[in-house]
Amino acid sequence: MALATPALEIRNLHKRYGELEVLKGISLTARDGDVISILGSSGSGKSTLLRCINLLENPHEGQIVVAGEELKLKKAKNGELIAADGKQINRMRSELGFVFQNFNLWPHMTILDNIIEAPRRVLGQSKAEAIEVAEALLAKVGIGEKRHAYPSELSGGQQQRAAIARTLAMQPKVILFDEPTSALDPEMVQEVLSVIRALAEEGRTMLLVTHEMGFARQVSTEVVFLHQGLIEEQGSPEQVFDNPVSARCKQFMSSNR
Amino acid sequence: MEWEVILKWLPKLMQGATLTLELTAISVIAGLIVAIPLGIARSSKLWYVRSLPYAYIFFFRGTPLLIQLFLVYYGLAQFDVVRESALWPYLRSPFWCAIITMTLHTAAYIAEILRGAIQAIPPGEIEAARALGMSRFKTLVHIVLPRATRIGLPAYSNEVILMLKASSLASTVTLLELTGMTRTIIARNYLTVDMFLTAGAIYLLMSFVLIQGFKLLERWLRVDACQGR
Repeated sequence: MALATPALEIRNLHKRYGELEVLKGISLTARDGDVISILGSSGSGKSTLLRCINLLENPHEGQIVVAGEELKLKKAKNGELIAADGKQINRMRSELGFVFQNFNLWPHMTILDNIIEAPRRVLGQSKAEAIEVAEALLAKVGIGEKRHAYPSELSGGQQQRAAIARTLAMQPKVILFDEPTSALDPEMVQEVLSVIRALAEEGRTMLLVTHEMGFARQVSTEVVFLHQGLIEEQGSPEQVFDNPVSARCKQFMSSNR
Repeated sequence: MEWEVILKWLPKLMQGATLTLELTAISVIAGLIVAIPLGIARSSKLWYVRSLPYAYIFFFRGTPLLIQLFLVYYGLAQFDVVRESALWPYLRSPFWCAIITMTLHTAAYIAEILRGAIQAIPPGEIEAARALGMSRFKTLVHIVLPRATRIGLPAYSNEVILMLKASSLASTVTLLELTGMTRTIIARNYLTVDMFLTAGAIYLLMSFVLIQGFKLLERWLRVDACQGR
């Protein structure tokens, strides 16, 4: 078991915006079933890290390995690493689910159409097949009755649950959550967190950038504390929350209790 | 008002209106087809892809349609290549000259509308498609263009109305569309005001029908519901 190929491995990831170095060499390994929460104050590079993993942002250095397959990268003129193989990056992105802070549902499609779009276009599923999967997923995230509604007719929490269903429809090996509840009204946070908790309990591999400390503590198998582009503290939730070693992490934990 | 005379000439006016509609319909549809690649290229991040449609749009927006029409109608025949080509039977007819000019002219405007619409799509929606593994091309076809259609439709309907009225310039190259027909009739009966008023009313009616049609199309595509979030 310990020797099994990790679901996701990130090695020595660097990213800078102009002179500002946002990530200064991050390495992270997620084994199957791991739920890794990434914490840190704003500007610590959490979201950038997540967005670099599926190349929504282009890192300047580093390696990304999904289920043993290394993402082929090449240097662009401006020094960023870009995908060397268009087919590979598209396939790997389909294996890495991404849930956005702002949901990013397509407003001109019904919820059902939002969910079946990528499975049909990318995985080549038939419409009937995709609808069957989508309806099961919508029921699972608790908005089955909203399948013919449009995103603008849904509450924020419902939209985020639809976005999670859209991601799940691709049967991703790893799901990346980028502050999934930060754009929600407080009363809608719980409904989204409970969907994420259910996914964690299913044993899905997930990386979660969040400000929900209590939730991170409950669901995570591992917690990573990012500070100024580096991993400052890493370990089990108990260890990072209760006995942080670094001074910065201690301060962060006490101010976010 | 000389109602009886107007009524007598109405069939002729309707004939002119039909040609007006033909000119407008063909040029705005063909213009849209020409504009799609232009608009996509125009919104490219690469300067050399952007520059060609930019030059095209710069020329066609920057000069009057009337001058473009004269250049095509009187100018093309100057070239032996054109006169000897298989297309000459078309290129010498005023109808096709008007169609070609109006198409190229409106394509420039529609391309700009499309560029604006593409650039107005929230980047997150495009990121979502890419993050799900859709290629650039699939994202363009299945997400970007349908979305841009809805953003650009109100501006496109405006352009169609403008072209309906601009088609009256085709009367200067001998075409008897609504304006041309009206002037011909006036030369016969001297009822200048009556006939121009009637023609104006017919233009108004045609715009009204077009506006209502686009309103239905906007409702069907749920344009309003897609704006904002």
